[in-house]
Amino acid sequence: MEEFAALIDALVYTRSRNAKLAIIAEYLRYTPDPDRGWALAALSDGLDFPAVKSSTIRNLLKERVDPVLWTLSRDFVGDTAECASLLWPAPLEAAANPPSVADAVDALSKMTRKTAIQELGGLLDRLDPSGRYALLKLATGAMRIGVSARLAKTAFAQAFDVSVDEVEEYWHGLAPPYPELFDWAAKGEAPPDTENLPLFRPFMLAHPLEETVVSMEDYAAEWKWDGIRVQLVHAGDGEEAETRVYSRSGDDISATFPEMLDALQIKAVLDGELLVRGTHQGGETGGAASFNALQQRLGRKTVSKKMLTESPAFVRLYDVLQWRGEDLRTLPWSERRARLEQAVTELPDSHFDISRIVKAESFDALAEIRESARDDAIEGLMLKRRDSPYIAGRKTGLWYKWKRDPLLVDCVLMYAQRGSGKRSSFFSDYTFGCWDGNPDTGAELLPVGKAYSGFTDEELKKIDRHVRQNTINRFGPVRETEKELVFEVAFDSVHSSKRHKSGLAMRFPRIHRIRWDKPAHEADRIETLQALIRD
Amino acid sequence: MAAPFSWIKPEPHGIHVVPADSWVDPSIAVGHALVTHGHADHARGGHGETVATPETLAIMELRYRTGAEDDAGEIPHKAVPVQYGETIRLRGGVDATYIPAGHVLGGAQILLEHAGEKVIVTGDFKRRADPTCPPFVVTPCDILITEATFGLPIFTHPPIEGEIAKLLKRLEDEPDRCVLVGAYALGKAQRVIAELRRAGHHAPIYLHGAMEKMCRLYEDHGVSLGELRLVADHSKDDLRGHIVVCPPGALNDRWSRRLPEPITAMASGWMRVRQRARQRNVELPLIISDHADWEELTRTVEEVNPHESWITHGREEALLRWHQLHQRRARALAMVGYEDEDD
Ligand SMILES: [Zn+2]
Ligand SMILES: [Zn+2]
Repeated sequence: MEEFAALIDALVYTRSRNAKLAIIAEYLRYTPDPDRGWALAALSDGLDFPAVKSSTIRNLLKERVDPVLWTLSRDFVGDTAECASLLWPAPLEAAANPPSVADAVDALSKMTRKTAIQELGGLLDRLDPSGRYALLKLATGAMRIGVSARLAKTAFAQAFDVSVDEVEEYWHGLAPPYPELFDWAAKGEAPPDTENLPLFRPFMLAHPLEETVVSMEDYAAEWKWDGIRVQLVHAGDGEEAETRVYSRSGDDISATFPEMLDALQIKAVLDGELLVRGTHQGGETGGAASFNALQQRLGRKTVSKKMLTESPAFVRLYDVLQWRGEDLRTLPWSERRARLEQAVTELPDSHFDISRIVKAESFDALAEIRESARDDAIEGLMLKRRDSPYIAGRKTGLWYKWKRDPLLVDCVLMYAQRGSGKRSSFFSDYTFGCWDGNPDTGAELLPVGKAYSGFTDEELKKIDRHVRQNTINRFGPVRETEKELVFEVAFDSVHSSKRHKSGLAMRFPRIHRIRWDKPAHEADRIETLQALIRD
Repeated sequence: MAAPFSWIKPEPHGIHVVPADSWVDPSIAVGHALVTHGHADHARGGHGETVATPETLAIMELRYRTGAEDDAGEIPHKAVPVQYGETIRLRGGVDATYIPAGHVLGGAQILLEHAGEKVIVTGDFKRRADPTCPPFVVTPCDILITEATFGLPIFTHPPIEGEIAKLLKRLEDEPDRCVLVGAYALGKAQRVIAELRRAGHHAPIYLHGAMEKMCRLYEDHGVSLGELRLVADHSKDDLRGHIVVCPPGALNDRWSRRLPEPITAMASGWMRVRQRARQRNVELPLIISDHADWEELTRTVEEVNPHESWITHGREEALLRWHQLHQRRARALAMVGYEDEDD
């Protein structure tokens, strides 16, 4: 536990992403199994101990110290776990025999609500203040130390010199403390066997087109739909067979869209856009409702019958990664497309259709088509190299996105501040940033703008809750948050500015959409904005 | 006969010693002031007459140039030095004795006696050993007027040796960088330097310009600090692998750009709380304080064992609660002008 506590403290006091990556990587390299696996799970939010809540800690402390002194201290420190770690009356003998991370995890997972108070106290007695802090953070599952799951996985990849996409691919089939993952990456053994598991495969992603001009002989175009990108996976046989829906970030959102689970009963991995049916928008292919209708369904753990009938989901397919157990990812796009067109005929058309190819003689003709597209469900165009395999991540030159409205960028929420007047009890003024390079190699977010409009009251409440639950630092009225929430920001123009560290300033930025589904490391980079500068 | 203790009155701007018409640590200029120590929130300039230890007077002289002539060419200020243990008689039959407080060089508790009643104003104090000043002396009294800067049970200052070792370890681990230590210019900076010397670190220590005079003053008063150099006289490369000390305010300012990738450290009791450290972008928090922690505060009350405690500044609510839990009388004074020092 001492090494883990030192790791947590080092991360608390380190701001640079590069330094954080190095610190975690070093820990993962030199800490024995299974502690390092548990630590990795803790850093990537992979642990949950339902018996231990923030209230458990509060009640435990009120048994050991005067409740008034507890409350005064808690108010001063601002964080229950930290306050408890400082206030814990240590036994007179020096902390002997501290538990390992594995011991602590074992003890925590065996606790029940009834035994938690007493048993947690027993663990705290064996630790120093830093150890107590790390234990309580581990126990409540809310680390809030500015480390995202992606950063933890990237650090793992860096520690053992493997690719983060491979880590992502194996990740979802494995459970903490991930022995197969360490055997493979750290000890050079065979990669985890994932064939019969409904695993997430990292998405292939596109670069913004910007000034590039491509030949329509080399590239195919299709519409980019305005829903959420999903991956549907069906794997396993008989009783073991399972279908899952994954979001962009690899989160399992099957429970949110149960109707899609029955719809796919063939072993396959499919890439597409999840939309809900609606009547008020015709659309080129027809039948998609506005993004707002979809928003209503996002983030729910259970879905009412009413929602299922009023806003049923379907998936508009873009690509096929596996079909009937065969991995198609190495085939060129044109062959995969042919297989996809065949595959869709075997799927129920109530829940699947295919994203139409946009035929254009030339790039100029395509530009014209793009200009005249009026369907609200269309976000822009995708350009895909016809001979390209399906490659995880964002590889230059293979896929391009050509948004209809270029003055939209994806930014990451960095700071939130209380509003004024009616909104003074909400965190309603947001500062957001873009990456100054590749976030997986340690790029940082630089603030690019501030906005306090463009969302509904309902959304404001949700963001406010997000801010409160993800605060990692307070500066007077300003909260710094975990860098996790993506905003699609609309703006009128962008100009260069010496006053800002990012070197640019947006004019009239406003929140266009909240992208709860989008992982922060996929937000836009400063260079995307730089390309839009018109001085 | 006057009511007990009616001769001493806490007012918002200081403790008023009525028969002497004198004030302890007043936050506004007064005719006659008794000053516990040189920190700015206790020792203001502009008083007619100031009674303090010679060290505190020297510090005030350095900070306010109290001896400077006014427009009429006169020196309006009168400084009255009192040695530790010495008693002086004030007007109205009040005796004042200056007793070491263990806080900073020259820092004193002031024992006030009148009509057989004893009151101690601690000013700021600590109970830990400090190579730059004599230790706190426990003195029985009727009313203890105490501070409560770190008056919450979360505050336990760890032994300073461990914090100094942390600093030296980091310096050794990253020899191409420097460790920049933010430390209050009066007291904390000199204590950290003296403790580094005690731990066997004899390399030159580099100072921000604002630190120099106070360090020289300490040396003039017999506190040896080893070889000190000014950052301004040296190149970036000279500073690699060295310790640089600056006031807390300079930690994140442009000045620090001249340093070789500094590791930002801060020596303060507030560093016990992670959030406080993060607010200042501190990478290496050093929990070093010149104030009493919770255990020291409460032990001091028990050892001095007054009839009543008056709490001047800090987290008075928690210390009041402690008194209540221990069947002790206490009241919080609504004093203005004392700040949470960067201590
Ligand atoms: Zn002081
Ligand atoms: Zn003070």
